[in-house]
Amino acid sequence: MKGNEALAEAAIRAGIHAYFGYPITPQSEVLEYLALEMPKRTKLLNGQNGVLLQAESELGAINMVYGAAGAGARVMISSSSPGISLMQEGISYMASAQLPCLVVNVMRGGPGLGTIQPSQGDYFQATKGGGHGDYHLPVLAPASVQEMVDFVFEGFRLAEKYRTPAMILADGALGQMMEKVTLPPEHSLPYPEKPWATTGKPKSRERNIVTSLFIEPERMEEINLQLQHKYRRMQQEVRYETIETADAEILLVAFGLSARISQKALELARERDIRVGLVRPITLYPFPTEIIAAMSHRVSSVLTVEMNAGQMVEDVRLAVNGHCPVYFKGRMGGMVPSPEEVLAEIEAIDAQVEKSV
Amino acid sequence: MQEIAAAINGLELVWKKPATMTDTPMHYCPGCGHGVAHWLLMEVVQEMGIEENVIGVAPVGCSVFAYNYMNIDMQEAAHGRACAVATGIRRVLPDKFVFSYQGDGDLAAIGTGETIHAINRGENILIVFINNGIYGMTGGQMAPTTILGQVTSTTPFGRDVAQMGYPLKITDLVAHLPGAYYVTRQAVHTAAAVRKTKKAMQLGFEYQRRKKGASFIEIVSNCPSGWKLTPAEANDWMEKNMFPNYPLGDLKVPKE
Repeated sequence: MKGNEALAEAAIRAGIHAYFGYPITPQSEVLEYLALEMPKRTKLLNGQNGVLLQAESELGAINMVYGAAGAGARVMISSSSPGISLMQEGISYMASAQLPCLVVNVMRGGPGLGTIQPSQGDYFQATKGGGHGDYHLPVLAPASVQEMVDFVFEGFRLAEKYRTPAMILADGALGQMMEKVTLPPEHSLPYPEKPWATTGKPKSRERNIVTSLFIEPERMEEINLQLQHKYRRMQQEVRYETIETADAEILLVAFGLSARISQKALELARERDIRVGLVRPITLYPFPTEIIAAMSHRVSSVLTVEMNAGQMVEDVRLAVNGHCPVYFKGRMGGMVPSPEEVLAEIEAIDAQVEKSV
Repeated sequence: MQEIAAAINGLELVWKKPATMTDTPMHYCPGCGHGVAHWLLMEVVQEMGIEENVIGVAPVGCSVFAYNYMNIDMQEAAHGRACAVATGIRRVLPDKFVFSYQGDGDLAAIGTGETIHAINRGENILIVFINNGIYGMTGGQMAPTTILGQVTSTTPFGRDVAQMGYPLKITDLVAHLPGAYYVTRQAVHTAAAVRKTKKAMQLGFEYQRRKKGASFIEIVSNCPSGWKLTPAEANDWMEKNMFPNYPLGDLKVPKE
């Protein structure tokens, strides 16, 4: 299946009640696929057909998500970089109001209107908050169409467990590429209780209020402390993949499509007797700091590969904390690095290491 | 309180605070129309027996704290986004009642897109629009509905059409949309006006029950603090200056 369609199919199987969208390349297939499939295959909690709505703007769409998530529904929204920028207001409000939902960013090259070609230029925006205020989203970075499917389930699990918007950070290539996938059975993700949802106040309980406004500074700090406590708890969800790290002398760190390119470069390097390993962060927030820190004591150098000007490399440097040199290889603006380009970088680092021995 | 209790002892009780209102003292300025509009809305909710099935949306503005006073489930919305939030709620809870309660800056400036499109889709929601021609909460700046010549903190020489354009008569605008089922403009400054507004709110919820589309009630109101007038002066000023620009009455009534 095509990445975007696999993601949409996974959303149906994850039992979404509602999807709100606005067309933008390269992820419009999600909206199109769901427009066709949702009415007959998804149901609301009251048994009526699931909701698919094309909003008047990304701002409208994300605020519809706010309303629907606040009313207890399982909701997904997807867009691409410029559209995600517009949604940041709503995402910040939902982080504060503690509303679970799944936001999918199929990244394209920026800044500005940029290009429709794939990019990883939104790493900072996704992992460091994105909107105003102190908050984070759990961020999952798929590297295959199978993971586009799996992470819809994982994204909802995290969102509902921690009562937070969660994000899938993919890129245009993953959205457009076709691969074989195994799909989970329909409605195989249980619905948690949402006693906080605004569904109409029965006499048996106090009124429920969904808000991000806490005007007294003491109360606002308390909310912030709660959020920070949640982000600390979230650290246990860190996920990553290691490839041939046991004997590695040079460690590659890359996520998403860059990780697949890096894996190919790793194979080419090993053919040339350069011992290269790869750490692929799967959760970008929480970031797999510990494994990279541990590896930095065992390797001669680290090379971070990204499709941007160097964003995740900052988190890698924090993890390495000066234990070894950290190099960066990136392409921008919708350009994708080739395995050979990465290999050339590895060979240059290897030559430098040889010289210094 | 004891004095009040003593004073009313033996008198006939003709009006009682609805259970849909909390006991929280209101933060609204003396003479402000918000208090009356809140009470009316909650009275209607209780009288229609829908208090367990209604969800309100209060966006940024003076009425952002409406949930402190209304004893029902509520969501606070970002500035201008109330109609989008209300859409999200109503779509996933299609058998419930949903209303938004918005000011003029919220509904007719930053939220114009959300407002027009929600109404044009015929969302089954009730929109209560408080028009006092000013940004009250932020301290009296020009609103989209500020009338020509009106002095505000950002139009210190009066609203000048050459620079600021015309007051936006958004209620006239939305009345033209096919998704709007019922559009009316009312007030809450006299007993007669209050009765008419209450009737309009009843109709709005009734049309929602029958899934007829969007109902839109503009309430032309005052802002004594923002206008820098006493409550009595503010009501006079409203009648003399606001009503000619925003004449009261129905703009769209269903043929039935």
